[in-house]
Amino acid sequence: MSVPASSRKLEAREVSVMYMNERTGTRTHALENINLEIYDQEFVAIVGPSGCGKTTFLAAVDGLIPLQGGEIRISGRPVTRPGRDRAVVFQQASLLPWRTVMGNVIYGLQLQGVGAREAAARSQEYIDLVGLRGFERYYPNELSGGMQQRVNIARALVCDPEILLLDEPFASLDAQTRELMQAELLRIWLETKKTSLFITHQINEAIYLADRVIVFSSRPGRVRAVIDVGLPRPRELSIKRSPPFLEYEDQIWRLIEDEVKRNVQGAPR
Amino acid sequence: MSVDTTAVGQFERRARRGRRIAKGSNALIGLLSILTFLALWEWATASGHIPALFISSPSRIAAAGAKMFQTGEIWPHMRVSMTEFGIGFGLAVVVGVPVGILVGWYRWAFAATNPFISGLNATPREAMMPLIVIWLGIAIWSKVALVFLGAVFPILFNMMTAMHTMDASLLKVSRSFGAKDGQVFRTIALPSAIPFLISGVRIGAGRGLVGIVLGELYAANAGIGYLIAVYGSTFQTDKLFVAVMIITTLGISLDTLLRVLERRFEAWRPARG
Repeated sequence: MSVPASSRKLEAREVSVMYMNERTGTRTHALENINLEIYDQEFVAIVGPSGCGKTTFLAAVDGLIPLQGGEIRISGRPVTRPGRDRAVVFQQASLLPWRTVMGNVIYGLQLQGVGAREAAARSQEYIDLVGLRGFERYYPNELSGGMQQRVNIARALVCDPEILLLDEPFASLDAQTRELMQAELLRIWLETKKTSLFITHQINEAIYLADRVIVFSSRPGRVRAVIDVGLPRPRELSIKRSPPFLEYEDQIWRLIEDEVKRNVQGAPR
Repeated sequence: MSVDTTAVGQFERRARRGRRIAKGSNALIGLLSILTFLALWEWATASGHIPALFISSPSRIAAAGAKMFQTGEIWPHMRVSMTEFGIGFGLAVVVGVPVGILVGWYRWAFAATNPFISGLNATPREAMMPLIVIWLGIAIWSKVALVFLGAVFPILFNMMTAMHTMDASLLKVSRSFGAKDGQVFRTIALPSAIPFLISGVRIGAGRGLVGIVLGELYAANAGIGYLIAVYGSTFQTDKLFVAVMIITTLGISLDTLLRVLERRFEAWRPARG
């Protein structure tokens, strides 16, 4: 592909990560030779069976775990530790329970030392964007799971990162809330066009949200396939029942079917 | 505000009224129970069933208390006890909080100090009293030391536990947003430690009060505990009860104050009950 280097937000080159099992003393390849690129304003989803290393890859991009080989670059700069060029939307909302909605959204800006007035104004903007106007002074325990995830998203977006990393953010929501939050995320994404990397094990979630779906296979985690999702935007939730959508779903399912079955039957790892 | 006349509204109002009545009737039952107890007590001595010398009586205690406060004989002793408590407890907070945080935050600090802290904490303060009196005499400083020893460990252990039980996912969030060590400490460790701090201080305050009484009973020349010892050995039961009740009142007031503080700082916690 002939894409100018400047529009590459994320590049992973031959990334490998190993885990040491302290008890058995064996080393497992969590990730082996991962190569991928994410371009400006692109929404990419990584999908794969549990244990395929997709969450490990996200932690590596965030700079929370060291690589045994290869390199990850964000806008051309190598990743060594967490930084302002990335922001994570966590699987559990992990909001600071003693801070209000406003206090949570403003958190990252405070850590960066942004002035109080500017930080408050920017936070308000993103609270509005995720649809939580009027809830600024609520504490997390007073919010539903879906609302907590909205705060989680606003908290990451307000830092204006080069790339947004989403780690199965809707996995712990009930099925209906999950669908609605997917639609909400697409609405927010269309407004901000923030380059995003979304991790999920749910195939239809990945197809619904992403421009490209990267399929991981497990043990060791590798890129199995890259699928361009040609569905038009904006996408209604009903698109999930359209024939092209179901075709993508079928295609990806066939790629990981064997592994999922192996996992269920408890083959030796 | 307009009255909600819908069925749900009526139901909710009835439920709320029910709770209010339950709360009010609990207080009433408690009050009746206290009054009955006091009446029985008064009757037991007035009727001559039990000598007043042993158990005194509510009216005698009230009279003795009024007199002790009027003549002012109680004030110097209260001042001494409060000074002992204030200094000892203040020191316990000033030492217990930072040491607890340090020991909880750094593994090496825990390893180095844990044998001493556990050992000292397991040693009954009563056993240390003669030694403390040898070192510090019978004036206020031996009691200050006893209050300190009683209060410092609950505070220290609670701060240590607060550091050890910090939510790992919040630490990850903080790190991921690029927080430096100092920022992680200020924005995650300290706020999550506040409930532990307050409950440590509450337990510590109770132990500190016990420290005063123990120390003054054992060796002192002033203080409420000293008065208890004197009144006891001279069979002035009326006054003895007054002195005991002063300690009780102090304990209840301190605990209530700290409970209010606890609730003030825990607005973000899910409501209990």
